[in-house]
Amino acid sequence: MITKRIIPCLDVKDGRVVKGVNFQNLGDVDSPVKLAKYYSDCGADELVFYDITASAEGRALFTDILTETARTVFIPLTVGGGINTTDDFDRVLKCGADKVSVNSGAIRDPSLVGKAARLYGDQCVVLSVDVKRVDGVFRIFAKGGRENTGLEAIEWVRRCVGEGAGEVVVNSMDTDGVKQGFDLELLEKVCSAVKVPVIASGGAGKIEDFITLFKTLPGVDAGLAASIFHFGEVRIADLKQEMRRNGISARI
Amino acid sequence: MTAIIDYGVGNLFSLRSSFAAIGEDAEVTADPERIRSADRVILPGVGAFEDAARKLRESGLDEVVREEAAKGKPLLGICLGMQMLFERSYEYGEHPGLGLLKGVIRPMAGRIPENLKIPQMGWNDLKIKKESPLLKYTREGDYVYFVHSFSAVECEESLLATVEYGEEITACVGKDNVFGCQFHPEKSSNTGLQILRAFCETEGIA
Repeated sequence: MITKRIIPCLDVKDGRVVKGVNFQNLGDVDSPVKLAKYYSDCGADELVFYDITASAEGRALFTDILTETARTVFIPLTVGGGINTTDDFDRVLKCGADKVSVNSGAIRDPSLVGKAARLYGDQCVVLSVDVKRVDGVFRIFAKGGRENTGLEAIEWVRRCVGEGAGEVVVNSMDTDGVKQGFDLELLEKVCSAVKVPVIASGGAGKIEDFITLFKTLPGVDAGLAASIFHFGEVRIADLKQEMRRNGISARI
Repeated sequence: MTAIIDYGVGNLFSLRSSFAAIGEDAEVTADPERIRSADRVILPGVGAFEDAARKLRESGLDEVVREEAAKGKPLLGICLGMQMLFERSYEYGEHPGLGLLKGVIRPMAGRIPENLKIPQMGWNDLKIKKESPLLKYTREGDYVYFVHSFSAVECEESLLATVEYGEEITACVGKDNVFGCQFHPEKSSNTGLQILRAFCETEGIA
């Protein structure tokens, strides 16, 4: 039976993991390569590398790191951040990324998803959205959540999937950082709107939040989180054991 | 040396890296001579069947693959590369494959329940159907990573392992020296690396 995926997300800036990470048995780690290997050994089903570098030098460092990671970690690797053109797709795919996630790049150029899907296949194109409720309507935000695009979220997701996005990462800005659970209302709407895999992001604070997510919304395929994994609040091995105890299929 | 055939389909970085990780010599090549001198051959592939089959044919490498397989050299098709080992595919039309294994490729849509997504994307656990040198390090229940919308059917003769996705889906095939994985061993963590290792240890047929 296919399993629900657990995906740690690593923010990378100038070649290092942002804020660093401290694990009891690992010490201070800010090497994305080491951390990726660690997560892979712990049972992560997939990894997301998010490049928040602004400079060209940082970007080159990022691709070096990606290459090194793909040489040592043999689970699917998604790359996001600064993906604005099909050349950007090409750049990270050549370095070992399996999927590429687009967010603001697709808003700036709505033809990007379609172009990339035709070149690299739907399975390779991940649409990532930052969504926030504004006057009771789910809106798409751009530029790392700083700018309200005015786009209605569900319609935008449906449109991009129609163009060829093979997977959707739904990040709720309303629940992100609050650690009170995923945004089930938003996720339910996205799951009913599209048939491609949906990855929930934003709001996980504890193991039970993942259990609630997968039990309430069987249409959600994966849960993504960052800090709760980095700071050891949730251990992936424990999370997966608990998923299985609750009858949720997990790869152990 | 293992020749990984480069016919312009998909990204071979991870595949090459996974051979390095298990300490096996592998070379990404489109050179018929290198493929002929290799100890074993990998036929990779992602994307659309028709496009990939055409590229393989236009490069002339389809004949090289057939010849080497006929000589008894171990051959492993991965994902779309596995699908091309069969007689034909019904992916948007009808397209001939290499015909090295008996069976055809059909869409999963319509065969599996509506609530299951297509492509099957993610980790699924193997059900072993037949012992094989390819699976000598693999156990029932080991997880491997899939991304596919079409699958091999009518292939009982070579069926080695399946996964459950609405129905039993062909995951792994093998007959004599010709093997195939629908999943991506190069993305399936240690389970996948062990399958590649086992492939490198197969002897072929003299």
